[in-house]
Amino acid sequence: MYKELRSHIISLLEANTRLDGRKLTEYRQPITIEYGVIKTAEGSARVKIGETDIIVGVKLEVGEPYPDTPDEGTIIVGAELLPMSNPEFEPGPPQIQAIELARVVDRGIRESKALDFKKLCITPGEKIWMVVIDICPINDAGNLFDASSLAALAALKDTKYPAFNGVKVDYKNKTDKKLQLEKTPIAVTVIKIGNKFIIDPDTEEEKVVDARLTVSSIDNGTLCAMQKGGDMPLSAEDIDKMLDIGIEKGKELRKHL
Amino acid sequence: MTYKQRIDGRKFDEMRPIEAKVGVIPRADGSAMFKIGNTWAYAAVYGPRNLHPKFMQDPQTGILRCSYNMMPFSSSGERVRPGGSRRSKEISLVTQKALLPVLNLEDYPNSVVDVFIELPQTEAGSRCAGICAASMALADAGLDMKDLVSAVSFGKVDDKLVVDLDYSEESYPDGGVADIPIAMLPNSGKISLLQMDGEVTKEELMKLIGMSKKVLMDIYEVQKKALKDKYKGVED
Amino acid sequence: MKMSEIKVKDKEISVPGEVLAVGMDVLPGAGTYREGEKIVANRLGLVMMDGRTIKLLPLSGRYMPKTNDTIICKVIDVGFNGWRLDTNSAYSAMLSMKDATSEFIQRGANLTQYYDLGDHIVCQIVNVTSQKLIDVTMKGPGLRKLKGGRIIEVDANKVPRIIGKQGSMVVMIKEATQCNIVVGQNGLIWIDGGPMNELLAIQAIRKISAESHTTGLTDKIKGFLEQNSVPKKTHQD
Repeated sequence: MYKELRSHIISLLEANTRLDGRKLTEYRQPITIEYGVIKTAEGSARVKIGETDIIVGVKLEVGEPYPDTPDEGTIIVGAELLPMSNPEFEPGPPQIQAIELARVVDRGIRESKALDFKKLCITPGEKIWMVVIDICPINDAGNLFDASSLAALAALKDTKYPAFNGVKVDYKNKTDKKLQLEKTPIAVTVIKIGNKFIIDPDTEEEKVVDARLTVSSIDNGTLCAMQKGGDMPLSAEDIDKMLDIGIEKGKELRKHL
Repeated sequence: MTYKQRIDGRKFDEMRPIEAKVGVIPRADGSAMFKIGNTWAYAAVYGPRNLHPKFMQDPQTGILRCSYNMMPFSSSGERVRPGGSRRSKEISLVTQKALLPVLNLEDYPNSVVDVFIELPQTEAGSRCAGICAASMALADAGLDMKDLVSAVSFGKVDDKLVVDLDYSEESYPDGGVADIPIAMLPNSGKISLLQMDGEVTKEELMKLIGMSKKVLMDIYEVQKKALKDKYKGVED
Repeated sequence: MKMSEIKVKDKEISVPGEVLAVGMDVLPGAGTYREGEKIVANRLGLVMMDGRTIKLLPLSGRYMPKTNDTIICKVIDVGFNGWRLDTNSAYSAMLSMKDATSEFIQRGANLTQYYDLGDHIVCQIVNVTSQKLIDVTMKGPGLRKLKGGRIIEVDANKVPRIIGKQGSMVVMIKEATQCNIVVGQNGLIWIDGGPMNELLAIQAIRKISAESHTTGLTDKIKGFLEQNSVPKKTHQD
């Protein structure tokens, strides 16, 4: 369906450039992070990468722990591909793309142990904090994965506990106690088109992706989560190169926090 | 008990601070942001565009489809479950009715103009903020519109008639509260949204409607400026 | 008779509902309507006085297909007798076999040989019915399948500015960037000339789009192209 676009993009990649003149491993500019944009949330952040614009809000709820982890709280990540942000998104229950986005962001945070779930315990076996993270795109100009994951981290960094009297949460009173982040996992999605690798795809580039690998890494470069997407398979060499790019670019993105 | 002074110190006919901006969502055909106090609304317009399923198409005119949605973290209390509710569906309906009178979609048979209203943060008056944002977004999308639509919630707190009811007033513990959102076509003065919760006498309501034109014209001026500002000062 | 009062200046931006003039000897042009003594804006637009008529030029709005427009379309369906095309508007167009090419196409031929799904073609609108059914033809000078290059989308209302008087603006861009450019009335533009040249042409086009309502645009674009030109062979005047 996009033969001409694909061959044009590939010829640009061969000439070491892209549709908007960027280098292959260059993020769109500016990248901005605004903290605390939502007063009604316990924590929030707005991230822009180029024209992609995402708000993430964090709400803290008190609930019961899972039976097999009685002294641990948890996170719940939701993402909605809001029809406001992209003419291709249709109203209705979350499509699989929204679910994948939420689960990939979730894994990056959960598997890196960015939050110590034991610190989210209020009363073992009875009450725990649930950190509910909601991802809402305002404008989708490509690369929702990286922008969402960065915004989720920033929102967690911004989060303060609401007052809790043991029975009910008082959302109108925030305490000064901040949510503690142990690690900062950053997701970088590396795209393969033809035999070239790029990051931060825009709307046009996303149409001709052969394969993608979202790489989540923590401060010291250790990998904590991965997700391969796209219709084409990847060779071991491909993966090797993509991981290198993912880790290196993760360090660059992390500086914005 | 009379309501002597408003909880946040405003005058009885004073609105919360207002902010508006047009063209905030590049992918949309038209878009706008409208903020009143801590209530914040985005609106994006797509269309006229293809409409499916086919059975929804009208061969005589394009249709206007509105969707109002609160982001999960937008409420002052608990998280709002995503996916809409009966309340948000009803608000979507009255929003559509509030906007339709200014539009003429007869040149676009079988098509749809989609208006998506999203609220990242709410503190009373959200449906009116949504309508204000939506009407700017429709103009930004280049549709034929004979007027904009301006809206705000009026109300009665105890014995006083007030403009722009805020959250603390909505939940005023002592006296009765009436919440009356009104949307108006500013230049004709005609009302396209009128709802009410609470108790008022007919005289009080007519008095509020009388007050509404001036207040809504103030909102219209803000919307006008936001639309014109989009095209101002294009520096090299 | 009371003299009419014009409340806005030429080239001012006007919003729906705004009173543009009062009086019976000013006439309501496109984008405006009369309400009693008042002439009122019927859209967001740029005020233009044309003799005694006041009209509003659109600054935005999706493309509305018109007969005789030359547009760039994408093939979205291939049937037995023709193709269905995306026109970048609310309505798709039909290209039937008989209008597709000057060659003779046999009945039952595989139409994808000519135009396949995803191909972009330059065509001309032959007819638009009241129900917005659109017929197009590929028979005519310059009408063809587009190969290579890239396609960008601009607001269709900016197309006249991008083309310029008698094509002067687009010719200036073509010469400065050495690119082939085809501008569709529907806001799709095809550009072919190599990465750096295409990028410069696109930047110039986006600049025209953003500043289409300002004056002195031709000189500004000329300056922009000269400042950012990709090194090329010089030529004599």
